[in-house]
Amino acid sequence: MSPQLVFLLQLVITGVAVGAVYSLMALGFVLIYKASTVVNFGPGELVLFGAYVAWATILNMKLPVMIALPLTLVVAILLGLVIERGVLRPLIGEPIISVIMVTFGFASVVRGVLNMSWGSDTRPFPALFSSEPFHLGPVPVSPVHLWSFVTVLVLLAAFSVFFKFSLVGTAMRATADNQQVAQSLGVSVKGVFALSWCIATVVSALGGIILGSVRGGVDFSLADYGLKIFPVVILGGLDSVAGAIVGGILIGVLENLSGGYLDPILGGGVKEVAPFVVLVFILMIRPYGLFGRVDVERV
Amino acid sequence: MQCGDFRVTYADDERIFDTRLPIVGIVALLGLLALMPLVAGTYWLDVLNRIGIAIIGALGLNILVGFTGQISIGHAAFLAVGAYATAALEAKAGLPFWLAIPLAAVVTSLFGLVFGVPSLRLKGLYLAIATLAAHFITTYGIIHWEGMTNGVLGFNVLPATIFGFPLDSDARIFYLIFALAALAVFFTKNLFRTKVGRAFIAIRDRDVAAAVIGVSLYRYKLLAFVISSFYAGVAGGLMAHHSRIVFPDAFSLLVAIDYLAMIIIGGMGTILGSIYGAVFMTLLPEVLKLSATSLTGVYPNAFGLIASARDIVFGLAIIFFLMYEPQGLVRIWLRFRSYWKLWPYAY
Repeated sequence: MSPQLVFLLQLVITGVAVGAVYSLMALGFVLIYKASTVVNFGPGELVLFGAYVAWATILNMKLPVMIALPLTLVVAILLGLVIERGVLRPLIGEPIISVIMVTFGFASVVRGVLNMSWGSDTRPFPALFSSEPFHLGPVPVSPVHLWSFVTVLVLLAAFSVFFKFSLVGTAMRATADNQQVAQSLGVSVKGVFALSWCIATVVSALGGIILGSVRGGVDFSLADYGLKIFPVVILGGLDSVAGAIVGGILIGVLENLSGGYLDPILGGGVKEVAPFVVLVFILMIRPYGLFGRVDVERV
Repeated sequence: MQCGDFRVTYADDERIFDTRLPIVGIVALLGLLALMPLVAGTYWLDVLNRIGIAIIGALGLNILVGFTGQISIGHAAFLAVGAYATAALEAKAGLPFWLAIPLAAVVTSLFGLVFGVPSLRLKGLYLAIATLAAHFITTYGIIHWEGMTNGVLGFNVLPATIFGFPLDSDARIFYLIFALAALAVFFTKNLFRTKVGRAFIAIRDRDVAAAVIGVSLYRYKLLAFVISSFYAGVAGGLMAHHSRIVFPDAFSLLVAIDYLAMIIIGGMGTILGSIYGAVFMTLLPEVLKLSATSLTGVYPNAFGLIASARDIVFGLAIIFFLMYEPQGLVRIWLRFRSYWKLWPYAY
């Protein structure tokens, strides 16, 4: 196989692996939006939070990984509950700008607390997977990417089963479809809001852990990965779970390809900006994304 | 004292101030400000200058977000374009500052015109996300268009000079900043007595209804972006001359959030609110710094925690205001004033 093709395949494979993590984080974002039409502008801080708590429990408190990871997720759930109950529930029904700003507000608090507790230096992150690359045909693949991809696939499958078959999952879908009807049928809408925030913080924390181990370290620049959610959800459609998954992988591949082929021409950094260029184009052409619902407005 | 609203002529209706008291107050305030460079120390003059610049920037953002209802998370990008355009016009084209700042503001307005195009198709959340993306694209452009912007190194800006007199200290540039800030407040106040300002407010309140009664959304939404970015261009140009250095990190996303917080905490859709918000957000870190200095005796590490303490207090302030005082400091001030107006016979 020609080296150009190997290079291309390598970019695509890495892109799919990173994109799967985006899908996972975007899933949490979409769930919140579907349940309560709140757009979370602080996804980066939720990712940071998961990565830092995982780092603190594994490397600082020296807990075994099997205890540390569930503990991190429990802390993430608590954060989700605090955010929903303390910050967003009082603002139900307020104008969009208020809801947007309040998510910036708590993101700032989370960042401040993390900074105060552990400082902003880069922390080494434990390698959860071995780093010896293996060969898939002629293409070298790093196990970190493979395992993160598998983890994400398993999680996404688990979520699909949860939404399709469990009672709570059905209640969440019902709330997303029509809050009033769901409420009149006995669904606790507030409970669904809280649950969607908990799922969002948990998937963001998992995303943070996976990204941390892919990069081998955590620092505050991890938060930038959280912002990649926006291109993903706009491409997929703000209120579509399937869109989040497809969009995540597409954006992951796209940013890697643009980084791989355009960086040498344009001089670096294309990878960071390409998803946002795509975002603007999609907004101009098809604002509701690939699978989103088209809104019709009346006076 | 004013005890009612007795407007019997059109001239009465068009007056900016109902009574003479606010005019006296404003003249007194301007007089007090004019004396500031003589009495205040360098530190407080620096703070005052930053407040003056923030007032101009916050007014611009308030016109767009508070008065026209177009949510923009891209204000830092406007400031960056203003600052870079000023610095580049002076360094590369050799223009004096009194030409460079207005030209830079025009450049920023054109940039705002392009920035505002998505607003014709999008609103609310989608517009917010589009402006967020535009912020990142602008930052990328500034860092990578090295021929024009010097990339990450940025510019060192020479002091502004009037008739050979360099404005190279805080006391000297103070008058320039506050003259422009006063002009900005005056212009904004008058803007909302005109057709344009009323069209902005109509678009904010219900854009489809505004279009039905004949407000051209196309024209006025873009005009709001143009005016808003003009203010940001002036503020950016002043920033360049105040800090005398321009580099990309000074215009991160956090700056845009700071400005949004200013208008939320001060009061959306009010001119006074932009001023209060600018004062509040500029003083907040200074107050934290002062309290940290006084705490170092008890807790030696206090100074190292300022950055994180600032984030926490800033976030809590936004959350607190949105929950308990969504109309901001202006509302508190109005309540306070009406309480004392009739004191002690409140009823």
